[in-house]
Amino acid sequence: MKRTDLTTPEHELSPADLSKLLTRIGQQRDVDAFETLFRHYGPRVRSFMAMKTRDTQLAEELMQETMMAVWNKAVQFDPARGNVSAWIFTIARNQRIDAFRRKRPMFDENDPAFVKDDVLPADLELEERQDAELLRKAMETLPPEQLDVIKRAFFDEASHSTIAQDMGIPLGTVKSRIRLAFEKLRSTLEAVR
Amino acid sequence: MNVQHQVSDELLLDYASGNLSEGWSLAVATHLALCPQARRRLQAMEGAAGALFDKISVSEKVTDTDWDKMKAKLSGSRSAGQVISRPSQSEGVIPEPLRSYLGGDVSTLKWRALGRGAYQIRIDTGDPETQVRLLRIPAGKPVPEHTHDGRELTLVLAGSFYDGQDLFARGDLEEADGSLLHTPTAAEGEDCICLAVTERPLKFSSWVVRMIQPILKI
Repeated sequence: MKRTDLTTPEHELSPADLSKLLTRIGQQRDVDAFETLFRHYGPRVRSFMAMKTRDTQLAEELMQETMMAVWNKAVQFDPARGNVSAWIFTIARNQRIDAFRRKRPMFDENDPAFVKDDVLPADLELEERQDAELLRKAMETLPPEQLDVIKRAFFDEASHSTIAQDMGIPLGTVKSRIRLAFEKLRSTLEAVR
Repeated sequence: MNVQHQVSDELLLDYASGNLSEGWSLAVATHLALCPQARRRLQAMEGAAGALFDKISVSEKVTDTDWDKMKAKLSGSRSAGQVISRPSQSEGVIPEPLRSYLGGDVSTLKWRALGRGAYQIRIDTGDPETQVRLLRIPAGKPVPEHTHDGRELTLVLAGSFYDGQDLFARGDLEEADGSLLHTPTAAEGEDCICLAVTERPLKFSSWVVRMIQPILKI
C-alpha cells in the first residue's frame, strides 16, 4: 500500500508525496504521516532557525513550535497548490518573526474589500501544481551570484545593504541581481502557461 | 481593475523573507490585497524559498527523542480548523490589514486638517522606523508638506494622483527614495486618499535637511 511506502523514513519523498502526507495530517490527523513529515522537515527547519539565531537551543525550540503549527494548521493546506515546502517555509518564517516580537501585517483573503484573482480556480490549480516542479528546476539554472543573494535574503534575513556589505558589492548590484533572478523565474513559469 | 504600478521585486522579496518592518509591511500587504498580479509574484517568491528550503544543508537528523517530545505535544493540541468566512459586507474602500489599523472604513474615519483642504490621520504601529499616515488630498491639489528624506511608499486607495507623467490610481504603489524630487498632485474629479509610509524623521537631522535643501537645490 502507498501508505507504508510514504511513511518509511528512507523513502525519497517527492513533492506529490509530501502533499499527500500533509493532506492526510489535515484531514485524518494521521500521526504516522506527521512523523514522516517531521523527520523530513524538522532538520531543515532547525537549520533555517539556526542561521538567524545562531543559538542551537532556540533553533530547537523554534523548530518544535513550527512543526506544532504545521500539525495544527495542516487542514488549511490546499493540496491543489501542491507546494508543501513553500507552505512550511511561510510557517517557519512567521514563527521566526513572532519569536523576535516583530509584526508583519498580512492581507486577508476573506475580507470583502480583497480583490480576487479573476483567473479561474481550475486553471490556477493546474498552474500551481506545475509551479513547484518548475520553480525547483528554474532555480537550478540561476547564476550562482543571483542565487546567493536570494539565499541570504531568505535564510539570514539580511537587509540589502547588509548583503552588499557582506559580499563586497554595491547596493545597486544586489538590487539588480534580485530583479534579474525573479524575472528569469517568472519567465520560466510563464513560458509554460 | 488592473494595477499599473506594482511593488518592486526588491521590496517584495523583503516582505516575502520577513525582513520588512511593520510600517512598510502594512503598505505592501494592503497593496497585495488590491493587486492579484503582485500576489502571484509573492507566491512565486515563496515557491523559490520552498525550493531553497528543500536544499538547505542539514547538520543532523532529528532523533527519536526529538520525535517523542513532539509526539507528546500532539495529544494536547487542537486543530486550528478551516477559516470561517465572515458574513459578507458591502465592498469596502480600505482593505485589510489597513482597515483594522484604522478601526473602520472611510465613512467612520476622523480626519485632521492639514491646511489647504488636505487632511490626515496618523496611524500607530509598533514600528519605530516608520511614520504611517492616511492622507486625503483635494482633487487637483498638490500633496502638502512634501519634503522627505529616505524611502517613501505611497499606496492609492481612492481617487488618483499624478507624479510627473505617471498616474497612480487605486491599488498602485509608488516607491520613492530621498533622491527623487517630486510633487505628487491629486487628479481632478475626486479627492485622493492614500496611505503614506515614510522613514520616521529625526527632529534635528530633518531640520538641518530643511535648512540646506534650498542651498543644495535638492
